[in-house]
Parts: sequence; C-alpha cells; structure tokens
Amino acid sequence: MGYNPEKPMEGRISDLGPLYYEQFFPAVIKENKGKWLWHEILQPGVLLHKSETGAEVYTIRAGGVRLMSVEFVREICDIADKHCDGFMRFTTRNNIEFMVDSKAKVQPLLDDLKSRGNKFPVGGTGAGVTNIVHTQGWVHCHTPATDASGVVKAVMDELFDYFTSMTLPAQCRIALACCLNMCGAVHASDIAILGVHRKPPMIDHSRITGVCELPLAIASCPLGAVKPAKIEIDGKEIKTVKVNNERCMFCGNCYTMCPAMPLADPEGDGIAILVGGKVSNRISAPKFSKLVIPFLPNTTPRWPETVAAIKKILVAYAGDAKKYERVGEWAERIGWEKFFEKCDIPFTEKSIDDYRLAYDTWRTTTQFKYTSHIK
Amino acid sequence: MAKHETPLLDQLESGPWPSFVTDMKHQAETKPEVWDILGQLELSYTDRISHWKHGGIVGVFGYGGGIVGRYSDLPKRFPGVEHFHTVRVAQPSSKYYSTKHLRALMDLWEKYGSGMTNFHGSTGDIILLGTRTENLEPLFWDMTHDLNQDLGGSGSNLRTPANCIGQSRCEWSCYDTEECCYFLTMKYQDEIHRPAFPYKFKFKFSGCANDCVAAIARSDIAVIGTWRDNIRIDQAAVKEYIAGNYPANGGAHSGRDWGKFDIQKEVIGLCPTECMWMEGGQLKIDDKECTRCMHCINVMPRALRPGVDTGATICVGAKAPILDGAQFATLIVPFMKVSKDNDFEELVNFIETVWDWWMEVGKNRERVGETMQRVGLPTFIKVMGIEPIPQHVKEPRSNPYVFWQDEEVPGGFERDVVEFRKKHAA
Repeated sequence: MGYNPEKPMEGRISDLGPLYYEQFFPAVIKENKGKWLWHEILQPGVLLHKSETGAEVYTIRAGGVRLMSVEFVREICDIADKHCDGFMRFTTRNNIEFMVDSKAKVQPLLDDLKSRGNKFPVGGTGAGVTNIVHTQGWVHCHTPATDASGVVKAVMDELFDYFTSMTLPAQCRIALACCLNMCGAVHASDIAILGVHRKPPMIDHSRITGVCELPLAIASCPLGAVKPAKIEIDGKEIKTVKVNNERCMFCGNCYTMCPAMPLADPEGDGIAILVGGKVSNRISAPKFSKLVIPFLPNTTPRWPETVAAIKKILVAYAGDAKKYERVGEWAERIGWEKFFEKCDIPFTEKSIDDYRLAYDTWRTTTQFKYTSHIK
Repeated sequence: MAKHETPLLDQLESGPWPSFVTDMKHQAETKPEVWDILGQLELSYTDRISHWKHGGIVGVFGYGGGIVGRYSDLPKRFPGVEHFHTVRVAQPSSKYYSTKHLRALMDLWEKYGSGMTNFHGSTGDIILLGTRTENLEPLFWDMTHDLNQDLGGSGSNLRTPANCIGQSRCEWSCYDTEECCYFLTMKYQDEIHRPAFPYKFKFKFSGCANDCVAAIARSDIAVIGTWRDNIRIDQAAVKEYIAGNYPANGGAHSGRDWGKFDIQKEVIGLCPTECMWMEGGQLKIDDKECTRCMHCINVMPRALRPGVDTGATICVGAKAPILDGAQFATLIVPFMKVSKDNDFEELVNFIETVWDWWMEVGKNRERVGETMQRVGLPTFIKVMGIEPIPQHVKEPRSNPYVFWQDEEVPGGFERDVVEFRKKHAA
C-alpha cells in the first residue's frame, strides 16, 4: 500500500503539522523544562545548564554545514545513539547539539567527535564567531549573485580559530544571503555577506509573451524603471517591456516576477559586505547592517577578497572594541569615519544612502572626528 | 569513480571547517545523481553564474505551498538534476529530534530524493533538496502515512513558524515558546498550506529580548518574552561574581584576560537606563526604570533572573530590504500574557485582527510592515483597536502635518466661503 496515482485523493492525509516536539526531548530536558536556573560555558562549545532539581545537562555544540547528505545525518544519529540516548538538536544557526546528563559523559563524546576528522568542530559559543547562517547559492537557487556554501566554507576556514575560542569582545554573528531577496535575513548581522548584481536585466523578447505577466513585471520595479514597450519580431509586433538602465538599482525583483528578464552575470555579480547589525535588544536597540564594501568579485572557488575583507574587519574589531561591545556598537562609539580608518576600508559614495529614507543616515551635527578622510 | 571532474570544488575539501564537497562526494558513492549536483555546481564555479532555470510550479494535491520547483538549464549534461525540487518539511519546535525519526526521514529521502538536505532552511523548515516531479506524491504519501510528518509553507501564505529553544533548556524564556509555536502552527495549518495572503507572513517566538530566533528582524508578528515585575536578585551570588568566583557572562569571555570582574564597569555602567547601583554591599535595581534589555542578566546569570510575572511584547512588520528597505518589527503591544491555559487567546485574537485587515487592504506582494508604512502607524493601531501610547514611537513626530479628522475640529470642515468673504475682502 502506498500512493495510488489512479486515485490520488483516496486515503490522503493532510494538515498534520509538525510532530509534537516533546517526544524528541532527551529525558533530562523533559524532566527539567521550565526549571533551569543558570548556565555556564565550560569551554568553547561545551555548555552546562543547571536545574533547580539539581539536574545538569551538558551540551556539546558542533559546527554544522547546513548542506548535508543523508549519510552525514546518519552519522549524527550514530553519535547521538552512542552517547545521547538517541536524541539531538540543531540550533537556529545550523549548529549540531549533542546533550548528555552528566559530566562524565562529556569527554568521551568530545573524543568521539574529534576522532571523526574535521566533520564536527566543537565551538560556536560565547564571545566568538559562531556558525554562518546562509542561503542556497548556486547549489539550488535560481536568482543568486554568488554561491553560499562555498563562500561560507572559505570564510569559516579562515575564521576557524574564532569559532573554537572565545576571545572577541562579544559574539560576532556572520550571515550570508546570495541575493538581495535576503532569504537569510542578513540585514541585522554583525558582518553580512550579500550577493549583489550590477548589471540591469536583459530582456528576452522572444520568450516574454509566454512566460510573463507584463503588468506584474512593470509593477515589480520599485523605481519605475520597467516600462511597457512594443517591438517587432519576425514581422509581428509584440508587447514587451523596456528598462531605463539609469534608474535600475539591480534588486532583481523584476526577474523574480518575469523569467524573461535575467540579470545574473559573471562580471556583474559579486559580494557586498555590510557590518554592524544586531538582533538582540541587549544594551542598545537592534540595528541594521550598514554597507561598507560595495563590491568584491566572485573569485571561485575560495573568494579570497571576501575572506580577507572579513578577516580585516574582525581583527580590527577584536583589537579595539570594549568588552561586551558588538561590532555595530563599537563602530558607533568610535564613529563610522574611524571604523573605515581602523579597518582600512576605502570610503566611497556607494556607502552614502541615496534610496528611500536616505536622509536618516546623513549627518546633521557638527560633531565629527578628524580622520584621514579630511584632506 | 567520479562522473565529473571537479577541480574547483576539490579546493573546498581542504581546511579545518567541514567540507560539503567531501560530504557530497561520499554520498555520491551510493547516490550517483549527487555527481550531477557536483557537476553542475562545478560548472557554476567555472561560469560564475547559476545554472538553475527560473521557477517552476509543482506541488502536491491540495497544497499551494511546501514544494519549491526547480529545473536545471543543462538537463542533458546533468540528467540527475533535471528536476531538482525542494521539499520543505515542518520542523519540530526547537529542532530537537530522535535519531529514530531522523533515520526514517533519511531513509525516505534516500528512496525518493537526491540524498542531500539542509538542516535547516532560513525560515526553519527541514529542507529536502532535489527530487523529481513524479516522486512528490509518493514521498508525501509515505511521509504522512508512515512518519506522521507534514510539509511546511512556501509562497504567499503563513510560513512555517519557528521559535527559540525556550524553557526546554534556557532559564530566561519568559513564556513557553515551543508550545506557543506548536499550538499556532497546528491551529493555522490551512493558512500554511493554502496561500490566501497578499504575500508571505511569518511568526517567530523568542523567549526574551536576546531574541535568539531573530524575531524582531524577520517576522511579521514577533512574540518576544518579557516581564512586568522585578528582576530576581540573589545577593549572595552577586557577591560571588564580585569576588570573581563565578565567571561573568556565563564564561563567554573566558578565552581572553579581560582583568578582574568589575560590576560597576561591566554591569551598572553599561545599563542603558542607569537604574542599578550598589548600596551596603547589595545590588539595587530601580525596576520601574528598567527596559529589560537582558544585559545584567546575561552577565550574571547565577545572580539575576527575569521576574515571575511574565508574558511577551508583540512587535509587527519586520522584513528584509526587498523592496523599500529593511524594517524591524514595530512595538504594538508592550505586554501580553501568553499562555496555553487559555489557548493563547489574546495572541490569537491579535493575529486574526491583523490578518483580517491586511488581507483586505494589503496589495499583491506587500508585507504587512509595508502596508503599515503605507497607511501609517496611527491608522494601523486604530484598526487594531489599540490606544496610542508613547511606547509606540522612538520620539514624537518633528513635523506638524497632522491628519486631523473632520469630527475632531469644532464646526467641522464644511464652511461657507461667501460668509467668509463678507468679513474678508479678497
């Protein structure tokens, strides 16, 4: 018995929702939910939570690659079966967490993870760089301006010591989105790696009639750069669109609505770096990430320019920020002019907002610092 | 035996971070179609551009979401990825799993799909990456019948809700984010599976203002735990922190010598409202001045805890920049009780009031935060039946262009210009 294509609706089950979470709790979690008193990070990647019942749970956090195979998930299961009574969890940042209920079980688990080569790096806690949340990139997406998994691998290889240690002033959250749709919601990250396009869409007049609702394509442009047009193809007049290239901001929204307007390009596409965002309300309000490097090329397979830029920002931040200060709080305290100087990033007009609400970011005070920018 | 040469991807096999390339090559030994994923990806590394066609509408009967269609633009060269549709699978709250369930899911995906997954997608779903159209119904059948497991959301519908780890393993969670997420996900299965909204809509549930699930940055309705009584203080533990016997910030800074813990500098001095001080060896907090930012609690988890009269702050309208710029969610309800005891009644009413309004006035592909911007916050809170309070704004407006209403002005808007002219010659 299984799916019967002759009678597709017979016996169909729908709207089950997710499985009830409690059945997946390790015993110590089930018994102590709502009773936790405090926690402590015993060493990078190892957390202790203490319950009011006296119970303890030790969590070992390992960096996960979000793109993983069935075989890899089975290996995670093998580890969880061996050490954790058959339970585990993933974090919101693609890390893998193994939980045990006594300290004696921690070292054997750590040893086991270590014995598996570089598959399960332990870390990602406290004042360090935790795992990069990211999107699909070239491995699955149809609108990307860069890859995701490869860039993340290259960046994390370089920042690996920050993942396995806790030496930064505060946690540093890095995120990657492979186009401006920002499925990865990178707009509130300490360091955001963002795929960007730089060429306006091409128009495939020969296909547009069949695949595109012209009014939707026209309405999709936030700057009114897409207009209706008529052209002649094989002696026949067809309705199509034209693009005012001078008004295009390369957001790609038209391509999302209309497959006949592709804009990806090997030379045009690359990566922008934004910094200083955060989600937490701790001390200061959540902040958006700000664009400090408008473009770095897609130099496959290891994106050396992007890796170097991020490392430079991180090193400057690590050396200069105060304890507890996030990247954005540091930049605001020292002033953005100092940020550019300390990170050795050239400031260009491309970091000055000229889109909507731009005026909010213009400086309207006489307070500034004398940096090398003032000649 | 490699089906395609992958000299560029091979360079991603070295280095200390786990390599997805190595993993995929290993998987390709038993699932040869993974070679075509690698082959096409290698070509993208050479061409520096995606080789996936635009879109493709596929799904299972009765659902308008949960499957994202995808086709290769080089199907002859890479037949294993000719169809490469994504299946979004509803994840359990907090992403705990039994290996039994994970293994069953993996067996299913080995049978019907590419053998590659994402744990997890950005919104929170389990992502099963790449299958053929003809496999979708059999996969869905087996998933629902054998695993009791459903799909998540995609398209202009309620997207799969997600929550932080909550009370299951965090001492700071001010309400049961797991239960709240589960309850509302079950209640709104129809809204998740059958698109009826102007655009996507997201709920996210964080237990405290640290907001580990990034609710305030990316959800249309962000439910973020808070309290309205006093921070609980264990003065004996405060003394232990001052003495250096407990590590600050739960040991988060232990990799570097930051010097001796200084409560004045690290806690009291960094409090954004300056509502803390030491008095007679005791830590004092003027709680009515506190904005519950979590900093002091984060620094001294063994001494300070959130209050006991807990609930959540409700913020509305966050989104990524496409198209008018990024928005954080705006505070609408400062404090709401959030409890299973009354089936989250207040929150449910709030959600449905937002939906009723947005489904009527929201334009195609307009997130609720953009609708709010278009009509203005005063209009939105009026629609919601909420009294305006200073907490709704960072600061009062600085322009005088108030939209006064006819009935607010004595005598109304209708006037007689002839009468006016009798007294005021033109």
